[in-house]
Amino acid sequence: MGSVNSKLLAVLLSSGVVTSVHAEGRAIDVHGFLLGAAALHTTGERPVGGQGGDFVLGEGRLRLDLGGRTASGKGSFSVRGDLSLDAISSDLKVDVREAHAGLSAGPMDIRLGRQIVTWGVGDLLFIADVFPKDWDSFFSGRPAEYLKHGVDGFRMTYSSDIVGIDFLTIPVFTSDTLPSSKRFTIFDPFSALGNWVEEKPGTTMGNTELALRVFRRVGGADLSFYVYRGFSRSPAVRPDSFQTRFYPRLTVAGSSGQGNLLSGVLSMEVGHYDFGAERAVDEPFIPNSQWRFLVGYQCQLWGDSTLGIQAYEEALTFRALPAVNPHPDRYRTVLTSRLTQLLRYQVWKLGLFAAYSPTDHDYFLRPEVSYKMTDSLNLSFGANLFGGTAHTTYFGQFDKSDNVFFNVRFDF
Amino acid sequence: MKNLAFTVLSIIGLVVVTHAGTPTADVIMEKSQAAFYYAGTDMRTKVLMELVTDGGKKRTRVLSMLRKNDSKNRNQKYFLYFHEPGDIRRTAFLVWKYPERDDDRWIFIPALNMVRRVAAKDSRSSFVGSDFTYEDISGRDLSADEHTLLREEKLDASACYVIQSIPKSAMDYTKKLSWIDETTFLPRKEEYYDAQNKLARLFVAERIDIVTLGTGAKQSYPTVTKRTMKDLKSGHRTEVTFLGVDYDMGLDDGVFTERSLANPPSKWVQ
Repeated sequence: MGSVNSKLLAVLLSSGVVTSVHAEGRAIDVHGFLLGAAALHTTGERPVGGQGGDFVLGEGRLRLDLGGRTASGKGSFSVRGDLSLDAISSDLKVDVREAHAGLSAGPMDIRLGRQIVTWGVGDLLFIADVFPKDWDSFFSGRPAEYLKHGVDGFRMTYSSDIVGIDFLTIPVFTSDTLPSSKRFTIFDPFSALGNWVEEKPGTTMGNTELALRVFRRVGGADLSFYVYRGFSRSPAVRPDSFQTRFYPRLTVAGSSGQGNLLSGVLSMEVGHYDFGAERAVDEPFIPNSQWRFLVGYQCQLWGDSTLGIQAYEEALTFRALPAVNPHPDRYRTVLTSRLTQLLRYQVWKLGLFAAYSPTDHDYFLRPEVSYKMTDSLNLSFGANLFGGTAHTTYFGQFDKSDNVFFNVRFDF
Repeated sequence: MKNLAFTVLSIIGLVVVTHAGTPTADVIMEKSQAAFYYAGTDMRTKVLMELVTDGGKKRTRVLSMLRKNDSKNRNQKYFLYFHEPGDIRRTAFLVWKYPERDDDRWIFIPALNMVRRVAAKDSRSSFVGSDFTYEDISGRDLSADEHTLLREEKLDASACYVIQSIPKSAMDYTKKLSWIDETTFLPRKEEYYDAQNKLARLFVAERIDIVTLGTGAKQSYPTVTKRTMKDLKSGHRTEVTFLGVDYDMGLDDGVFTERSLANPPSKWVQ
C-alpha cells in the first residue's frame, strides 16, 4: 500500500511539473529503449520448485524516459518507467524506475520522488551505499543499471567550495531484491522450517530513514563522510511460529576517499554497520555488527583498456554468534578485478569481472562482450559463473545457477 | 606569474617578428597553441562529431563543450556533456587540466546517478572512439617536441609557416609537419608520420570562421569550425563541426564542479 501511495505521489508531482513545463511551450524530451533480455542455466540443473525450465530470464522491456526543464532551468522533472513482458511467467508489469521533480536555487538542489541514489567508491562492493539493490536482475544478466532500485523520498543537496552536504529522508522502505528461489538455487538455512512471512518496516514517522553525506575536496582527493539511520535491506530470520523474515534496524557511519595516484585512481572506503544487536538482547537472530573496509585502484593498461582491482574486508564485532548453522566467519575477504577493453573505435567492448573470496573459498566470474551494431542498436552476450567449495557461502550457493545471458537493445 | 611570463615572451616574440621578419619555430607553436586551445577566457560550443568508416558507414556523436582558462596560469577546466547517441546520452565528463601533471577527471554515469573519478587516460588514446586523441582535443605539451621552422608556403591562398615537430620520447608518430596560418596562427594542416616515415594521420582545418563578440567587434577569435582527422591506414576519418561557438561569456567556476555533472546548467548546455 505504501509503495502505491508513493508511486502515486511521485507521478502526481511529476505531472504537475510536466504541465508547467508544457505550458511554457517547451518540449518534453522523450527517449527510451527496447530491450530483449534472456538468460539460460548452463548447468542443466533446475531450482527445486522453480519455473521456466532452463530459463533464468526471458523478457521484453520498453523503457520510456520523459524529462524536461522549466525555461529558467531551475525546475526539472524526470519520469523513467518500464513496461515489461516476462515470457516465462507471462506477466505484464509496469516498473516505475524513477519519477521525481526537482528545483535548484542558488547552492541548493532539491529532488522529490522516486530517484536512484549511488554513494561510495566501490565496484559492486558497497559500504557507504545503503540504498536498495536488485541482485536478481544483476545475476540474471539484465543491464548494469538494473542493479539499483530507486528510493522514494526527499533529497536536498547543498554545494559550495567549503563543503557539500547531501541529505535524504526516505519514508517508504524498499528492500533489496535478492535472487529469487524460483530462478536460482540459493542456500536457505531455514528452508526445512517451511513457509515464511515477511515483516517490512511500515511507513511511519519513526521508521523514516535518514541518510547524510558531507563531502569536500581535500588535498586533491574527493573525501566524503556518511551517516545512515534506517534498516538493513536484506532480511534476517526470526524462527518463531511464522519463520518471520524481518528487516532489522541499521545504523551506518562511514567515510570514503578517491584521488589520483600515479596516473591511476585510488579509492578507499570504510564503514561500521550496527544492526542494533547489542541493544536487542532478545533478538539473537539480528546480524552481528561489522566493520567494512575497501581499497581499490583503477588504471589504464594500454590504449582503450582499463584495469580495476579491489580488496574488501568484513570484520564482525562479536557479542555472540547468531544461532545460524553454519556460523558466519568472523572475517570475510573478497578480492575483485575488472578488465575492460574497447576495440575498433569503441564498437566492441570486452569485459571481465572476477571476484574471489579466500576466506569463503568461493568465486564469481562475469565475462561480457558488447557489440554496437549501429548508434542505436547494441548486442551483448555474457555469463554469470559461480563456484565454491561450500554451497553455503555467498557465491558458492549459486554454484548450480551458472547462466549465460543475451541482451539486444534499441535506443531511441 | 606564468601568464605574465607568457605575455612577456609573446611581446618579445612580436618585437622579434617586427624587427627580424620571421619568428622562431617555438614562438610560432606557442602562438598557435594559444589561438587554438586557449582563445578567450572561456568558450562554449556544440560539437557534431561524425565517425566515418572506409565504406562510408557513419556514427554520430553530439556533445556540448565548455572550457574555462585559469587567469593566473595555464590550467584549464573542461565540461563535456553528451547529447547523442542514446546509450551515452546525459553522460558528462569534467576535466581539470594541469599542463605539468596528471589531469583530474570525473565521469557522470546517468543510469546510476553516480560521479566517479577516472584514470587520466594515456593522452594518445582515442577520444570517444574517434580518430582524435585526448591530446588533440586539449593540447599537447609544447616542450615534449623539438620544433623546427622548415619554410614558408602557401596553402589554398593562405601564407603558412611549415613547422616540423619531432617528439622527444617514443610516440605513435615519429614526425609531425604543421602548416600554421601566418595571420591567425591556427593550424591549417597537420601530417603525422609513422616509424616507416609514411603518412599515418592527416588533420585538415576545413573551415575557419572569425567569431566576433558583441557590437563594435572589439574582440575577434578566429576559430576552426570544421576539422577532419583521417587515419590513412584504415581509411577511417572523423569530421568535427562546431555548431555555434561563443567566447568570453563569464562562465562561473561553479559550472566546472561535480554538481554540474549530475545537473548540467541548462543556460550553457542545450
